[in-house]
Amino acid sequence: MFLNDSDLQAIWLTVRLAGIVTLILLLIGTPIAWWLARSRAWWKGPVSAVVAMPLVLPPSVLGFYLLLAMGPNGPVGQLTTALGIGLLPFTFWGLVIASVFYSLPFMVQPLQTAFESIGERPLEVAATLRASPLDAFFTVAVPLALPGFLTASILTFAHTVGEFGVVLMIGGNIPGVTRVASVQIYDHVEALEYLQAHRLSAVMLVFSFVVLLALYAWRPKTVKGA
Amino acid sequence: MGGIQARFKLDWPGFALDVDLDLPARGVTALFGHSGSGKTTLLRCIAGLERAPQGRLTVNGAVWQDDTHWLPTHQRPLGYVFQEASLFPHLTVLGNLRYGLQRSGSSTHKATRSLGGRVFCASPGGARAAGGGHEAERSAAQAPSAMQHTTDPNAALEAAVELLGIHPLLERKPDRLSGGERQRVSMARALALRPRLLLMDEPLAALDHQRKQEILPYLERLHRALDIPVLYVSHAPDEVARLADHIVVLEAGRAVATGALTETLARLDLPIQLGEDVGVVLDAVVGERDAAWHLARVEFPGGSLWVRDGGHALGDPVRVRILARDVSIALQPVTGTSIQNCLSATVEQMAGDHHPALSLLRLRVGPSPLLARLTQRSASGLGLAPGMPVWVQIKAVALIG
Repeated sequence: MFLNDSDLQAIWLTVRLAGIVTLILLLIGTPIAWWLARSRAWWKGPVSAVVAMPLVLPPSVLGFYLLLAMGPNGPVGQLTTALGIGLLPFTFWGLVIASVFYSLPFMVQPLQTAFESIGERPLEVAATLRASPLDAFFTVAVPLALPGFLTASILTFAHTVGEFGVVLMIGGNIPGVTRVASVQIYDHVEALEYLQAHRLSAVMLVFSFVVLLALYAWRPKTVKGA
Repeated sequence: MGGIQARFKLDWPGFALDVDLDLPARGVTALFGHSGSGKTTLLRCIAGLERAPQGRLTVNGAVWQDDTHWLPTHQRPLGYVFQEASLFPHLTVLGNLRYGLQRSGSSTHKATRSLGGRVFCASPGGARAAGGGHEAERSAAQAPSAMQHTTDPNAALEAAVELLGIHPLLERKPDRLSGGERQRVSMARALALRPRLLLMDEPLAALDHQRKQEILPYLERLHRALDIPVLYVSHAPDEVARLADHIVVLEAGRAVATGALTETLARLDLPIQLGEDVGVVLDAVVGERDAAWHLARVEFPGGSLWVRDGGHALGDPVRVRILARDVSIALQPVTGTSIQNCLSATVEQMAGDHHPALSLLRLRVGPSPLLARLTQRSASGLGLAPGMPVWVQIKAVALIG
């Protein structure tokens, strides 16, 4: 077989992680993007900067702070302990939370652009047609921003698949729990299993190319739709 | 208290709006002015799209805004037609029409949905009316009454579709429509809601001349059919002349004149607004038709005029527009002239015009006002003065619907 069981397990874990993170970010990122696209508040700037920070921050820095926060002495760690959930570092859900932070800009920024390009007018029209703001959001803004939602979801998914530094800091390297594909490749190389590393790397390479190809081949339509 | 009472004060950098208006409960009121005069802002305040903190607005007795409360746009029973048609691109024409309908009052979703598959009665009237055929207009005259008095939202939708002749377009997406068609759909979308107030923000401004001519007949039908107040923002004198019953002239955020169209257009202190287009509009009825010469005699209070036969039946209401530059003055009735329309009138008021060589005269033919533009020299040569009886010769009369 081309890939061994632990490689397949790593790939499945990666897909599960990226899928869950994408879903969570759709829920969290959409209101943030909506607010950023329409607000004129002075603190829009600072919020934008915080959202964009993972783009420039070394993943290890983000991972370090998250590790501290979720650790036994951190505020999040104390909360989760008090709630009986236990500590999050080196668990799958700890990895999910870290990835949500790490991939946040990849969800928020395309959505923000999509919402901004819709403009005020369609929502004003909806209001004159008796639609409440929430109603107009779901029946006008979301359908018109659909290309943006697709772009944002694809980017978020792909970016989560590609993360490494944050995983190492938060998740460690536990097979079936936190050992995702990128970490698995690292392990193969460390163990001088170059053939395995080649195979898994090729899968990642093809995946990334296909995702980006789909995104760019489809972009002309997004521009028109927006 | 009927009608619309609107008082708004806005102070933006570089622009201030300060109006206190009492507008009639019926008919088309034109909000007329140059760009930047605040007419669109005023309309947006009335719709609740702009919030003027110190404002008061009542429509047919219902308070939409005062010091203590402010009704959001989606709770105001209005229809709004934007300058660009602004149809929802992700919905078909029918989807656009239904969007508001499903949200207005207790409309039954099931019933509106069934309309999709339903075949409307064929509407040759609607299709032909684009050419300006008056028979077509009459054939659709029943539709609007259904729109106004029905409680069934589907009947209202059907009537709006009929009135604007958009039945053949229902299944199309907006990007497959022409500019004129799009604007007709957006008007039908506003009307299908059975609004208590219709607001139109320069609905023709984004269209070329030909598209405008295509839509104007529909607007005229609307004008005749609706018994709700319509506020119509425009900077085009010809549109105002054709469609309006009342006019509010705005300048730098203030209403400088307001009143019935005929009397307001005949005011001598406003001609700067209109420039070369200064003139009067008279409401008349067709009194006689001369088939041999293709002419019709239209009667207005105080006199009558021969105009080109526009295909109207005897007794039909029509509107004529007479520009001041097409009116000349004589002290005696003139014979041996090619001019057909010669009326006895009285000079009422004289004023300067936008050029020092010109003067503007207001005359009365019976109770109806008339404006004439002549040079200062001829006015002085004829010895014209208020109260003097004269003869007016009218070179051109435009029949405008």
